[in-house]
Amino acid sequence: MSDQSEQEIVSPSDQPKQLSDDQAAYWRANVTTLLSLLSVWFLVSFGCGILWVDALNQYQFFGWKLGFWFSQQGAIYAFVILIFIYVVRMNALDRRFNVDEDQ
Amino acid sequence: MSAQVLTYVFVGLTFALYIAIAIWSRSASTQEFYVAGGHVHPVANGAATAADWMSAASYLSMAGIIAFEGADGARYLMGWTGGYVLLALCLAPYLRKFAKFTVPDFVGDRYYSQTARVVAILGVVFISFTYIAGQMRGVGIVFSRFLEVDIDLGVLIGMGIVFFYAVLGGMKGITYTQVAQYCVLIFAYLVPAIYISLMLTDVPLPMLGFGSTMNDGSGTFLLDKVDGLSQELGLSIFTEGSKSTIDMFFITAALMAGTAGLPHVIVRFFTVPKVRDARISAGYALIFIALLYTTAPAVAAFARLNIVDALDNRAYQDLPAWFSKWEDSGLLAWVDKNDDGLLQYRGGAALDPVKPRYSDTRGDLGERILKNQPTDNQNEVYIDRDIIVLAHPEIAQLPNWVVALVAAGGLAAALSTAAGLLLVISSAISHDLLRNTLARHLTDKQELRWARVSAAVAIIIAGLFGIYPPGFVAEVVAFAFGLAAASFFPIILLGIFSTRMNREAAIAGMLSGLIFTASYIIFFKFIAPEFNTAEYWWLGVSPEGIGTLGMILNFLVSFIVMQMTPPPPQEVQDMVRNIRIPR
Repeated sequence: MSDQSEQEIVSPSDQPKQLSDDQAAYWRANVTTLLSLLSVWFLVSFGCGILWVDALNQYQFFGWKLGFWFSQQGAIYAFVILIFIYVVRMNALDRRFNVDEDQ
Repeated sequence: MSAQVLTYVFVGLTFALYIAIAIWSRSASTQEFYVAGGHVHPVANGAATAADWMSAASYLSMAGIIAFEGADGARYLMGWTGGYVLLALCLAPYLRKFAKFTVPDFVGDRYYSQTARVVAILGVVFISFTYIAGQMRGVGIVFSRFLEVDIDLGVLIGMGIVFFYAVLGGMKGITYTQVAQYCVLIFAYLVPAIYISLMLTDVPLPMLGFGSTMNDGSGTFLLDKVDGLSQELGLSIFTEGSKSTIDMFFITAALMAGTAGLPHVIVRFFTVPKVRDARISAGYALIFIALLYTTAPAVAAFARLNIVDALDNRAYQDLPAWFSKWEDSGLLAWVDKNDDGLLQYRGGAALDPVKPRYSDTRGDLGERILKNQPTDNQNEVYIDRDIIVLAHPEIAQLPNWVVALVAAGGLAAALSTAAGLLLVISSAISHDLLRNTLARHLTDKQELRWARVSAAVAIIIAGLFGIYPPGFVAEVVAFAFGLAAASFFPIILLGIFSTRMNREAAIAGMLSGLIFTASYIIFFKFIAPEFNTAEYWWLGVSPEGIGTLGMILNFLVSFIVMQMTPPPPQEVQDMVRNIRIPR
């Protein structure tokens, strides 16, 4: 997610070629964001909640076994946080590529 | 006041509220009827989505399932929330930019094919009807138990209410009623949970309470106490699952992808003004849903403690009144295997067959005599999972107004989901089948009339399902997810993320996913149920989780067919590029 160097703000252009280059860059940034967030999504639910649940259950987390907590509580909290990170990140991308809906 | 009078008051008040909202938000155009004019505030849409999504199953059944299954219940908790991440990130914003009314709209336009549109219509109608039958039944159960009216009359009253605001108000009426219904249902779910959490642990938040210590001075953690008690009585250990890892994995994945592919949820994101609103709205929806979903496992753990406490080794004639009421409803049963007049609640099924079959006679203590054979184990009590949420406030001896509130909440959950599904069915008929396929000359006004007519017909059919439930409904509802995962989810996802994805690949992929998933389910559920055990399952995946394999098959077939057939027309590729950009 952090590998994108600061680009100068792309201005809308009348040339279709330029426009589609910008759009392609926006789409790549979007897909990169998606893939990184979805890897976290996979790790907290399918990883901690299912695949490694027995290993994590060796550890106690307050009154829960850790794996059990991930599968019945932690994963859900993580899902909510992920969506809000996505919203903030996409709104920033919209502005940077000048495709946000307010203009 | 008695719980029954209070229930009448609460149910009456909430119904009056729903009707008032319906009158205030009538729909005047198809735009308003299908997508509420497209200007619902994202927070309101989030609440409406949550009410739409959380059905009688989430509200009434889920905590009960977890109370009996323990850790295995996580597949529902994660599956039915994790799908919203997929929906928010991969589908909702782009479908909002597409700016049409329905899922078949997208499938038909994106795959430039009337065949694909008709297949989508059939899928939408099938999924929605299987789902709605369960909702109407839930309405009937709440009415019969708490208001002591006949189940059928309960279904009729529920139909009348939904008819009023769905036919009159369309999506606009449904949206604002659903916001009210969300408030009712979450309040009704949280209040008893908070009460019970305080009683057992002194911690007010149930989602923290079930990880805290008991307040009985022993200093043991609540879950350790639950596990210890379960072990003592031979019940399954609450924090340990019995399903195989691979099966849990596949079932959870099928529920997630199925959630993201369900038409009545997707369509909610057509109602917000902007792409940005669609994104944030999914976030609000998930917060609202998570409030109930993080509470459910706590309720489940509390229920296990309270049930053992209330029933085990108690004399039948000393039991509180709720026991015989639920026994009369056919959802509790007792067989005195050792003739000591006390209930023994232990592991294993008490009866053979598992569900009670009552004779007309009563025993010496007033208990209903069963025709079932008693099993060899020591368990004497049958408890239907569906009563846990409804009976828990009574079991924990909470005040009457809390008991009444829970009934109003159950009705809100069932009615809100039923209304959302009815709207999807009605728009599939009037908009997709008539306006876009059979009768293209319809004016907006005629289409609106057809939308109301099909909503009315759909309500009547749904009510009949509720009154005469076909035996296979319970089986089919769980698989609506598998079918949605194997059909809609892949073709909508590829339709957005691949410009190369074409008509041929979509139809081949959808058919292979559907046929594979449906045949696997039909084989194990209907043709050879005696083989429905892990040793015969393919790769150890149960019919519940097979939708995930169907989805993978759909993706594979799509990729292969895509390479061998011509790309979609230029204007379709342009459309795909267009929906990827918010402006």
